Amino acid sequence: MHPVKKHTRYFWILAVLLVVTILVNVSLGSVSIPLGDVLSSLYGQGASKETWSFIITEYRVPKAITAILTGSALAVSGLLMQTLFRNPLAGPFVLGLSSGASLGVAMLILGAGAFGGYLGSVLLSQWSLVIASALGSFLVLLAVLAVTFKIKDTMAILIIGLMFGSVTAAVVSVLSYFSNAEKLQQYIFWSFGSLGNQSWSGVTIMLLCCLLGFIVAFSSGKSLNALLLGENYAKSMGVRIKRTTVLIILATSILAGGITAFVGPIAFVGLAVPHITRQYFKSSNHFTLLPAVMLSGAILMLLCDTVAQLPTSEFTLPINAITSLLGAPVVIWLLVRKRKLLF
Amino acid sequence: MNAEKKHTVLQATDLSIGYFSKKKPILVADVINFSLKQGELIGLVGANGVGKSTLLRSLVGMQPTLSGGIEINGKQLASLTSLQLATQLSVVLTEAPASKNLTVQELVTLGRQPYTNWMGALSESDKKQINYALEITDTKKLAHKKCFELSDGQLQRASIARALAQDTPLILLDEPTTHLDLYHRAYILKLLKQLTAETGKTILFSTHEIDLAIQLSDTIIIMTETSVVTDQPCKLITAGNFDALFPKDTIDFDKNTGRFSIKK
Repeated sequence: MHPVKKHTRYFWILAVLLVVTILVNVSLGSVSIPLGDVLSSLYGQGASKETWSFIITEYRVPKAITAILTGSALAVSGLLMQTLFRNPLAGPFVLGLSSGASLGVAMLILGAGAFGGYLGSVLLSQWSLVIASALGSFLVLLAVLAVTFKIKDTMAILIIGLMFGSVTAAVVSVLSYFSNAEKLQQYIFWSFGSLGNQSWSGVTIMLLCCLLGFIVAFSSGKSLNALLLGENYAKSMGVRIKRTTVLIILATSILAGGITAFVGPIAFVGLAVPHITRQYFKSSNHFTLLPAVMLSGAILMLLCDTVAQLPTSEFTLPINAITSLLGAPVVIWLLVRKRKLLF
Repeated sequence: MNAEKKHTVLQATDLSIGYFSKKKPILVADVINFSLKQGELIGLVGANGVGKSTLLRSLVGMQPTLSGGIEINGKQLASLTSLQLATQLSVVLTEAPASKNLTVQELVTLGRQPYTNWMGALSESDKKQINYALEITDTKKLAHKKCFELSDGQLQRASIARALAQDTPLILLDEPTTHLDLYHRAYILKLLKQLTAETGKTILFSTHEIDLAIQLSDTIIIMTETSVVTDQPCKLITAGNFDALFPKDTIDFDKNTGRFSIKK
């Protein structure tokens, strides 16, 4: 079949899968609600019980939207990093981007105690979490980039990214040592990752971050395609490397930083989804891959969240643990089957 | 056609090349003067480490020059934007495409980037140029293969096809024949020769295949530690310029056959 036709078919399949996973995700939870009531709540007609429609519209729907945004944003930033660094192992997590976000949030939550009183309470508003996280990841990315200009070896860059992760972890431990139990718990729960308990205003902020990041990513699509040949070739075809690099980094830090601030660090989605997507989309064109990884990421995240909910039980597992439990075997399976990981 | 009247595509005047180490200029070669004419195949030869790659990188603007001027079609290289330069010259580097997952079709299509819109949408003339590039390099049947599935010779042909798709009056190739067997070395150089004749493009390539370069090139640039000489191969042979290329106690150049031999 012609590749373009095949891609159109895959996009339809993914779209249908997305709708199905949304419905499954919204239908299942600790309280069992019949599908008919779920649908009528979604249509805005309300369920047969008031509490049911409240659960749907104020808890499950924001959570599902958060899952969609998280999955697609992390998948896109993973794809951007893999192309920018021309390394199949790159992703927001591997390059220390999430560690940077963690450091920003840790300084805010744990360090706010040090400022104390009024300043402390101002700093802990929802917006400041986003800003701290985005700043943290942005600073780490700038540092990684500064190294990139000096060192051409991509393996060295990855190791340096990992080192940033260790330094971050060390700083966080020092901060933890000096902070009280309450603050510590707040930080640890953030680091478990949680898609739930998002207010509609939080979801709106996330949506804005994602839209901005996606627009920048799509507008860099042509340059990203050229970068697949390497920096020298891209330059010889008229790509302004510095400008493109800065734009890609901005998009990645807005996406990964913004998402991480709200839902905590989410492992493996950024790394694994682009590779999974390349298995069925036999294309390197970013104008195909970007929407494809967005859809795949959203579907994967909804599935992970559904599993994490442990339907009909009262427990919710940390989402970060679920993505790792599902993501790591997928990457291992890809490596064993293909024997090499290409980007 | 009279050689004197041919249009000059690239002109180097009193060029000094090198690089900066701790802000101090390190000279690699200087007093470089040559002009490349339209439709010529030019071979750039010299021993390892003499600065062939530095010269090529300087000519395509990837590396700043120390002094002197480079003019492309009458315009100073430094005054061109990267996009303007991309319509003037294309390159085939020694490095393979960073992504081995690209198909040959995608690789060649990327060559049209300087002409396409922000989404890289292809017009009819873009498609025509891509098709031409695939056909003339005999890579059409490889179009849906991925780069990691290609042999070195096939990959080199695909890389040349990408440069052809970019459709520039000047193409520069850095050692296009390395890693290739004798047949493919000859094939690639013959292809370059054919391209200059058919399309009127100017093609400059650096190579260690001096024997083959002498047989096929219109002009040869010889780089040694002390000088850069440019002329037609037969004139360079008569003037004895090839003797200066390698130490005489190991390699000898035979003026009659135009070949090098090892001194026993």
